[in-house]
Amino acid sequence: MLSRTAENLYWLARYVERAEYLARTIDATLRVTALPAAYIGKTNEWDSALLTAGVAASFYQTYEEANEHNVVEYLSFSADNPSSIRNCIESARLNSRSVRTALTSEMWDTINSAWIELQAVWSKGASTREELAKFLRFVQETSLRFDGSAYRTMLRNDAYWFSRMGVHLERADNTARILDVKYHVLLPEEEHVGGPLDFYQWSSILRSVSALTAYHWVYRETLKPWLIADLLILNDTLPRSLASCYGNLVRNLDQIGVAYGRQGAAQRHARGIRNRLEHSNMNDIFQHGVHEFIQEFITDNSRLGEIITKQYLI
Amino acid sequence: MAVAFDEMNIPGGDLRPAYQELARWLKETPPEALEYRRQEAELLFRRIGITFAVYGEAESTERLIPFDVIPRIMSGREWTLLEKGLKQRVRALNMFLRDIYHGRDILRAEIVPDDLIFQNPVFRPEMNGQQVPHDVYVHIAGIDIVRVDAEDFIVLEDNARTPSGVSYMLENREIMMRLFPDLFARHRVAPVERYPDELLAALRSVAPQSASSEPTVALLTPGVYNSAYYEHSFLADKLGIELVEGRDLIVKNNEVFMRTTEGLKRVDVIYRRVDDDFLDPLTFRPDSVLGVPGLMSAYAAGNITLANAVGTGIADDKAIYSYMPDIVKFYLGEEPILKNVPTWRCREPKDLAYVLDNLSELVVKEVHGSGGYGMLIGPAATKATIEAFREKLKREPEGFIAQPTLALSTCPTCTASGLAPRHVDLRPFVLTGSKSTTIVPGGLTRVALKEGSLVVNSSQGGGTKDTWILDE
Repeated sequence: MLSRTAENLYWLARYVERAEYLARTIDATLRVTALPAAYIGKTNEWDSALLTAGVAASFYQTYEEANEHNVVEYLSFSADNPSSIRNCIESARLNSRSVRTALTSEMWDTINSAWIELQAVWSKGASTREELAKFLRFVQETSLRFDGSAYRTMLRNDAYWFSRMGVHLERADNTARILDVKYHVLLPEEEHVGGPLDFYQWSSILRSVSALTAYHWVYRETLKPWLIADLLILNDTLPRSLASCYGNLVRNLDQIGVAYGRQGAAQRHARGIRNRLEHSNMNDIFQHGVHEFIQEFITDNSRLGEIITKQYLI
Repeated sequence: MAVAFDEMNIPGGDLRPAYQELARWLKETPPEALEYRRQEAELLFRRIGITFAVYGEAESTERLIPFDVIPRIMSGREWTLLEKGLKQRVRALNMFLRDIYHGRDILRAEIVPDDLIFQNPVFRPEMNGQQVPHDVYVHIAGIDIVRVDAEDFIVLEDNARTPSGVSYMLENREIMMRLFPDLFARHRVAPVERYPDELLAALRSVAPQSASSEPTVALLTPGVYNSAYYEHSFLADKLGIELVEGRDLIVKNNEVFMRTTEGLKRVDVIYRRVDDDFLDPLTFRPDSVLGVPGLMSAYAAGNITLANAVGTGIADDKAIYSYMPDIVKFYLGEEPILKNVPTWRCREPKDLAYVLDNLSELVVKEVHGSGGYGMLIGPAATKATIEAFREKLKREPEGFIAQPTLALSTCPTCTASGLAPRHVDLRPFVLTGSKSTTIVPGGLTRVALKEGSLVVNSSQGGGTKDTWILDE
């Protein structure tokens, strides 16, 4: 397929995934900030939301204060923020238009309808919390519909694999970023100072990657930071864990390798990361330092993005 | 202006046979139901993304072309005649192009004046002596047809460069079949859905000799910001071929390749929807970023087929148009089946004098204009507009032709005040491959939605209709 088509499919999937992640982050932050101050301590949750979205620096160029109003506006509707939800949907639609021939009509319909709704209903943003909640639901449903229609209607060929790679790479990045920002509340109990109040922080992390219920099914335990880290990093049954994302990335890259009859740097690099995740346990990771581990992962993950681009997309 | 020929109603109250069933159906169908279907159709168009861009409008870069749900119907007998005429006309266009870029018999015979060719900016000297596979220049032609009475079909304009609109022909039909299954059950409408197959077959049949036995065809688009982008992606999808932009292609050793995830892949036939001027910055406009550097040398080397060929503009030029009846006779030795609109060539002093004296009754068109821009519709223009135009005309008479205002035929159309007659034209699409010329029964009917208006162009408030040819 055309390199440009593959590139568009890959980025289209990334934009949709990112929009959903932002919606979940805002949703989780709204919940935690609605609690009385005594339950969450003094941290500014809206500032964390900006950090996990990776847009804190550009935010503070425009705004003085990270409060609900400013952050919601910036992450959801801002035209100036290139990765606001609005811009993600705009970019996804533009990408879709460029690769219409590679999309199934269901996928196109999902993106195009979302874009139409964005213009018709959400052009002025959300003026109340109820409206905002509706908007966030709309974004999450769009992403689910897109994912579902890709899964159910696309031919299993390179177009599908490039699109899935976009999803998994973006997802791994998002999960890693939230761990990066919140790692301090996940440190073993004797090392940190938050005390039992951290329960709400923990559930908020799980909520932003839609893993709260999953946690209970997997561990049948009350929330424990050690297990939360285990779930998000190493447990490959959780679709948003780093291990699961890399299991999928390696599989998609292998499928492409088989179809094209050759492997390359992307396959090797992805396999390296996956092996590292497979052979780690939480003990080692905490010994090594959760923060360092996550930061290395984020670097490795974006490196894979670069290698894929070089190998296939230009 | 005479009363227009109505395609449904015969003066005196009778109906033309092709419309009888539709009329019965309309009587049974309450107006609200029609309005409801109209809204549904609009929603479908928007959801599918069948939009076009209007240049120069910052506000809405994507607009819908209004769709009228009342079909335009022609009998099989009428179509047979039209089809014959279209094939004849396109055959002549191809022979004319072959001649102009090779022997130039027609110039020596003094049928067409030399300067109309050689001083014409759409004449491409690069094409002199260039062989094109099977001598096909115009693989896809869109011939604009109007009617003024029950007998004749008149060609308003030949489009031999990159005619657009065929996606509307196909999508209009899809949407009509979804909205009015009952109406289809009550008619025998000839299907149009074979068009993509026939187009692909035609394109593959003209692959260069150096191509493999399974030639690779690609559709070259200027990109998402082009007004017809939807159509490009639609066709590429229906044909199952790659939709490429200039930056996806590269020329090496006079062969054309596309950049794919598996490396470079050779392309043999390009269905290009990019104008000549922008095809190759090394040959034509150096500032073009839409084209492919070196494409013309690969073309000259015979390693790539461009459809349509380069330089076809010389055949559909409005200045050449008036010679078409003679061109048909010259190459085919036949009387033209389709008529021309009587045309005054303002380059000829006698004609110019007549035009200047009768501006308020004529339509004056720029020879190189398109899309209904830059023309004067005398009967509808104010005195001031006419006077301004007169000056333009005197300054550069060779840039214009003039025609009588035609009373284009009308068809029943949904309007705010119920069904009413509106003026229509028709653009059938004629495909020419190595062996045959084919036309799917139908075409794009454009309708001027404003009462009394004769301008059907989508850029100026025109809409479209599904076109039914009854299979009898």
